[in-house]
Amino acid sequence: MKTIWRYLVAGVLLRFSKKRTVHRERELPASTRAETWTAILLFAAALAGLAFVAIYAFADANTQLLGLSIAVSLALIAAALILAASQVVPQENLEEPRPSFAQPNHDADGPKNHDIRGFSAHQQGEEAALVVREGADGVTRRRLLGAAGAAAGVGLGAAALVPLASLGPAVGDRYAESPWKDGVRLVEENGMAVKVDDLEVGSFLTAFAEGADKEGLASSLAVVRVRTEELELPEDRADWAPEGILAFSKICTHAQCAISLFRYPLFSERSPGPALVCPCHYSTFNVLDGGQRIFGPAVRPLPQLPLRIENGTLVAAGPLSGEVGASWGRVREEG
Amino acid sequence: MTTRRLFRFLDSRTGGAGAIGKALRYVFPDHWTFLFGEIAMYSFLILVATGTYLALFFEPSTAHVIYHGTYAPLHGQEMTRAYASAVNLSFDVQAGLLIRQVHHWAADVFLAAITIHLMRIFFTGAFRKPRDINYYVGLTMLVLAVLEGYAGYSLLDDLLSGMGLAIGNGVALSIPVIGGQLGTLIWGGRFPGTQDFFSRLFFVHVFLFPVLIGTLMAVHLALVARPHHTQFRGRRRREGNVVGTPLWPAYALRSLGLFFATAAVLFLLGGLVQINPIWQWGPYEPYLGTNGAQPDWYLGWLIGALRLMPHFDVVIGNYTLIPNPFWGGVLFPGAVFGFLYLWPWIERRFTGDRAVHNLLDRPRDNPTRTAIGSAVFTLVAAVFFSGSADRAFVQFGVPYEDQLWGYRALVILLPIAVFFLTRRFCIRLRDRGAHPARESGARLVERPRFKGRSRGTDPA
Repeated sequence: MKTIWRYLVAGVLLRFSKKRTVHRERELPASTRAETWTAILLFAAALAGLAFVAIYAFADANTQLLGLSIAVSLALIAAALILAASQVVPQENLEEPRPSFAQPNHDADGPKNHDIRGFSAHQQGEEAALVVREGADGVTRRRLLGAAGAAAGVGLGAAALVPLASLGPAVGDRYAESPWKDGVRLVEENGMAVKVDDLEVGSFLTAFAEGADKEGLASSLAVVRVRTEELELPEDRADWAPEGILAFSKICTHAQCAISLFRYPLFSERSPGPALVCPCHYSTFNVLDGGQRIFGPAVRPLPQLPLRIENGTLVAAGPLSGEVGASWGRVREEG
Repeated sequence: MTTRRLFRFLDSRTGGAGAIGKALRYVFPDHWTFLFGEIAMYSFLILVATGTYLALFFEPSTAHVIYHGTYAPLHGQEMTRAYASAVNLSFDVQAGLLIRQVHHWAADVFLAAITIHLMRIFFTGAFRKPRDINYYVGLTMLVLAVLEGYAGYSLLDDLLSGMGLAIGNGVALSIPVIGGQLGTLIWGGRFPGTQDFFSRLFFVHVFLFPVLIGTLMAVHLALVARPHHTQFRGRRRREGNVVGTPLWPAYALRSLGLFFATAAVLFLLGGLVQINPIWQWGPYEPYLGTNGAQPDWYLGWLIGALRLMPHFDVVIGNYTLIPNPFWGGVLFPGAVFGFLYLWPWIERRFTGDRAVHNLLDRPRDNPTRTAIGSAVFTLVAAVFFSGSADRAFVQFGVPYEDQLWGYRALVILLPIAVFFLTRRFCIRLRDRGAHPARESGARLVERPRFKGRSRGTDPA
């Protein structure tokens, strides 16, 4: 009822707003067969789009098949649109007066706005909506065509979005990757082995896995030395810190900045104990108990590397105790 | 005479003289707060101009080189070509450092001007119908501008930019469910990522975001001009008119003056005030960090939020649904921008006011809106300042831990206090009965519209 009323109002407005007579021929579509064919073409286009997705995912992304499938999808949509333009929607032939620049004192707005000027936004909206709705006059299978159009959109959209997956590799186990395992030697930035005698109590050193890329997130370690009697390591880590030397991942478990601050108080009675501090958001990790967080936004403890001493140099006695870097969905799963 | 001929020439080919003629008489209401949007626009022009110059010298490559340039302290250091070219353009390219510093300052001023402009729009109710769409366009530009700035200073591959990217990657990973995959998609693998990531960052910074911002700016201006400017209440100022200075000649000159003044300040800053001396930070490696690292000011609220957040993840079984950086890095900015995007709708919903508004509110005219807005901006400001607690510790010796607990209390209590105080203050001001029209300082000089301008009376 409301719709009819709107049509009436808009129709009346159109009727009486035209100051010029405009030549207009209009023929409504006769065949429902064209509609059916349009829908079939669109559904086929959707299938071709999904075929692209399938080829991308499975058939080793064969270039010829990829190109073919997306081209077929696009061509089918093109065919559907051309068919719809010539057989499904009303065929019109409308005369529009051309704005003339040559004559002096022409209307600045051009004649186009002439017939709708003076009406409120509401009325202009009515008219524009009417023009849009009139475009579907005589079309009978609107639901079918709408569904077909949506399907084609989904198919083509999927085909357009899926190549985004080429941006990067699947997560897989890459966040759990680490060069540290039993027997890997600790080296300094210049590649020399880390000597136990060079490490004084209270000192802090950055070390790397021998032979590994130093830029690899899991490669770098913060090596610190405390007095052995200070240590409060859990029982299963009792032998991880020979001569009071501890090694932790240098990458903060909060937002993976490098932990570059080591606090080693000289008067432990008055000050908080030795800790590694990240300068980005001040997550603070107690080194004595194996890297538990004592302050700041980090949640997971700092991964610790079990150490042993071979010929006065430091060697890993096993893998890191946890995943290096910031947390994500599977960060707490046992690797 | 020549002018007339020129316009006739143009008009007979484009039909645009009428539009130009109208545009020349476009009226700008006078108010100093209207200038911040223009300052933002002019900063953007300076950014595009200086950025174009910088792009001629900058090399977005992660290939490694050994530095042998002018700056002796870095001699023999291994670094990426990106960082090396940024250092070179600071030391070896004539005027390179000036342009780089102007570019950096312009970015800071751009964001500052947008932020103040946003506050002006918010507190005067300029976002109401018919300008709500334009308000969303403006907000979107702000979001893009923040990301654009972040991408820009991340490109240089100095120590600070690398630390910023590490945090950015951590925040990306913290997005529930999709975070891990999103991180490897954007970075091309695990942090620090591949050369692909760097090429993407460069493309995003020098093409994608500038084009988006430029396009939205054009839309923004068109949507400003279409319903014409808003204005404060005042003598002869009604909903249905605009009273002010026409574009030609006075406003055009004034605005051009503002452009040159903005440019002057930016070049003054770029020439005299050092900003981001990347040679002092050194090149970035994932295992390097420095204390006292601070981002550019427009990201200060995010580092504050990341630092302020208590330490907890949401973990189900051994699946980490929401890692900690999500709270400060995604949820907090998401909530602030969500509030800003939703506000026009919220206000319509609760006041039932769907009318067209071309006259601005003074902040006191709408105590509730002003109070809510003040509370939200206070929250953001408090979080922002909490991000500088480490500097305050160095400067004033206030223990960091104590400051953090103080700020945690402050970000909850201060906005509530500000809400009630602002509300009361606004109501008192409003109820003193000062009539807006009478109190407005607007002075108008009447002038016969076409005096001395019509044909034939030309004194020449």
